[in-house]
Amino acid sequence: MSTNMKTAAEVMLDVLYEKGVRHVFGIPGGNSIPIYDALTHHPLDLILTRHEQGATHMADGYARSSGKPGVVCVTSGPGATNTLTGILTAMMDSVPMIVITGQSVTPNIGLDAFQEADVLGMSFPAVKHSYMVTNPQHISRIVKEALHIATSGRPGPVLIDIPKDVSASLIDPSIEPERDLPGFKPVPVADPTDLDKAADLLNHAVRPVILAGHGVILSGASEALKELAETMQIPVTTTLLGKGGFPDTHDLSLGMPGMHGTAYANKALSGSDLIVSVGARWDDRITGVPEKFCPNARKIHFDIDPVEINKIINVDCAVVGDAKASLEALIPRLKPGDTTRWIKQVNRWKRDFPLKYRKEGKLRAQHIIEELAAMAGIDAVSCTDVGQHQMWAAQFVKSDKGENWLSSGGAGTMGFGLPSAIGAQLARPESTVYTVVGDGSFQMTLCELATAVINKLPIKILIINNRYLGMVRQWQHLFYENRLTGVDLEGNPDFMKLAAAYGLKGFRVKRSSDVRKTLKAALQWNEGPCIIEAVVEQHDNVFPMVPAGATLEEMIIEAPRRKRSAEDETKEIA
Amino acid sequence: MTNAAKHTISLLVSNKPGVLTRVALVFARRGFNIDSLVVSQSQEAEFSRMNIEATGDERTLHLMLAQLNRLVDVIHAVDHATDDVIQRELALFKVSCAPEKRTEVLQIADTFRGQTVDIGDETITLQVTGKSSKVDAFLKMMSPFGIRELVRTGKVLMSRGLEATA
Repeated sequence: MSTNMKTAAEVMLDVLYEKGVRHVFGIPGGNSIPIYDALTHHPLDLILTRHEQGATHMADGYARSSGKPGVVCVTSGPGATNTLTGILTAMMDSVPMIVITGQSVTPNIGLDAFQEADVLGMSFPAVKHSYMVTNPQHISRIVKEALHIATSGRPGPVLIDIPKDVSASLIDPSIEPERDLPGFKPVPVADPTDLDKAADLLNHAVRPVILAGHGVILSGASEALKELAETMQIPVTTTLLGKGGFPDTHDLSLGMPGMHGTAYANKALSGSDLIVSVGARWDDRITGVPEKFCPNARKIHFDIDPVEINKIINVDCAVVGDAKASLEALIPRLKPGDTTRWIKQVNRWKRDFPLKYRKEGKLRAQHIIEELAAMAGIDAVSCTDVGQHQMWAAQFVKSDKGENWLSSGGAGTMGFGLPSAIGAQLARPESTVYTVVGDGSFQMTLCELATAVINKLPIKILIINNRYLGMVRQWQHLFYENRLTGVDLEGNPDFMKLAAAYGLKGFRVKRSSDVRKTLKAALQWNEGPCIIEAVVEQHDNVFPMVPAGATLEEMIIEAPRRKRSAEDETKEIA
Repeated sequence: MTNAAKHTISLLVSNKPGVLTRVALVFARRGFNIDSLVVSQSQEAEFSRMNIEATGDERTLHLMLAQLNRLVDVIHAVDHATDDVIQRELALFKVSCAPEKRTEVLQIADTFRGQTVDIGDETITLQVTGKSSKVDAFLKMMSPFGIRELVRTGKVLMSRGLEATA
């Protein structure tokens, strides 16, 4: 026996460290103790969380803000099932993540042992790939494969389930089985014929629009995209996840399209004769009913994942490959036309239908979000939770780098806001990190305040408190004759007392006139996290809005003139 | 579902635990009905072959093929709906058959090159191999006698000549 024997758990941590991983997020349990035991004397930093879902969102935020995979380590059974929401969130948004789950000892698997669950089986529909480690000698191969799969091509989460007896087994780390991935397809390279066709469509377009998604950010294609847009003078609309992939501050930027997108982005899409999607997947929050989506525009789709081609929208030209490589190969084929008239038209829409909100009366969520973003500066990392505040943040936060904007898009996971900010602040200790959360979504993972406090992370947590599940209330108000059910969050804690209980700084703001003063104090508070509770107008709705099933032309641009009062709504319910 | 048609998909997959579930989930998620499924060894120990017959529309099938090919454990997945490939199936029929009907049943079986694998006072068990359409035709011919039990292996396929079966 070699004297260099190590446990499989130690070898697993060594491989992660070798591959550049520095933080592991998680909380232990019986079946992951051998892994946590190995962490006691390992250079990898354990970030102890209070819940496994929080750990996954932290790893997610870490990955989105740094481009490096996030790593989670939890125990079996409920510990593992608690990660499923975070795994789904990462899968839907193509985020590289490794989730290591402890498992019962091998002889107990499948026998309903304590804290035993078929985690591998449960993972299948939600992961890019998953493993159960049965032979400890294969641990290094599996971890390397998992990292490769998670980070290459279209990124995604990979789960590794390790029985306790396997992680505790002593192995010889010098014996390393070879990679065994015969079915893992290499990143496709754009077909020159498809590129010619795309160039031809672009060269002849009169009213083109670029629809830029997360793929632009994941492939580092922002510069190439900018060159494409500027050379050809094409306006660019960025999806919720593509935000920052093209600077919000650029003259050609249209902001976000779709259900709560800008009126000018939606008008531009509706009026276009060519839509060039780059790393976006025609999400239903943008296209609505696919058959009715911009029927007069030709469509080009750049995507790294062949599954996305013609999945929702039938396209005239598909270019399968990495966004950056494809755009760089496309640009030399282009001959700039004249889009001056089109750009003028788009600019008229921008002037005539700007994003706006009422500034009189009670404090508005949009106001404080816009101020926080402006005061924190364009280099700050903005995280959001899911709901009305998320859409307002998407509308009013200006971003010029994809890795500075973190939001759960595909899965729309409430509870993402706080832990993703923790992950981002750990990945980017020098950056200002703030997170905009709703009073509802914040409570889904608020136990992670402890994680932020013990790590002294100076995150600014802006709670938009309207004491409602605001987005659901908005739908019930607009489409269910204001029959409000299950949306009143009576019983919310006193968020200032909550802050005090966790030992963090709390600020509360109720008046528009106090916004700047409060935000200034909060931004200067760097001794740890702080909560800024904004008590806002309860009945504001997010506009513009394209009702579900309607076309972009049918969007409601702004709220009806007469604002419904709280009393009106109460009367209607009665 | 529109344009529902029968498709025969062949897959070469890594011999890893869970691969069958991963493949089946792709079909289940879109509500695609699996008519038959054959999993067997291939010429290499680390790979298995799957032949799946499924009914559904063309657009969904294209999506599912892409999703199957995206699975890490799937080497490749191909639809053979329009290809000229060798297709075979084996079926066992347990038919009600009193001694006076035997000659008639055996004559029909002979036409289909069926083999008698078991015979008793009240039943006769026949084995038929060939294209699925042949098995279907034999089923039709045997139905009047009363089929007590039927089991089919599902369709297996192979490319002709030097062409490799996907």
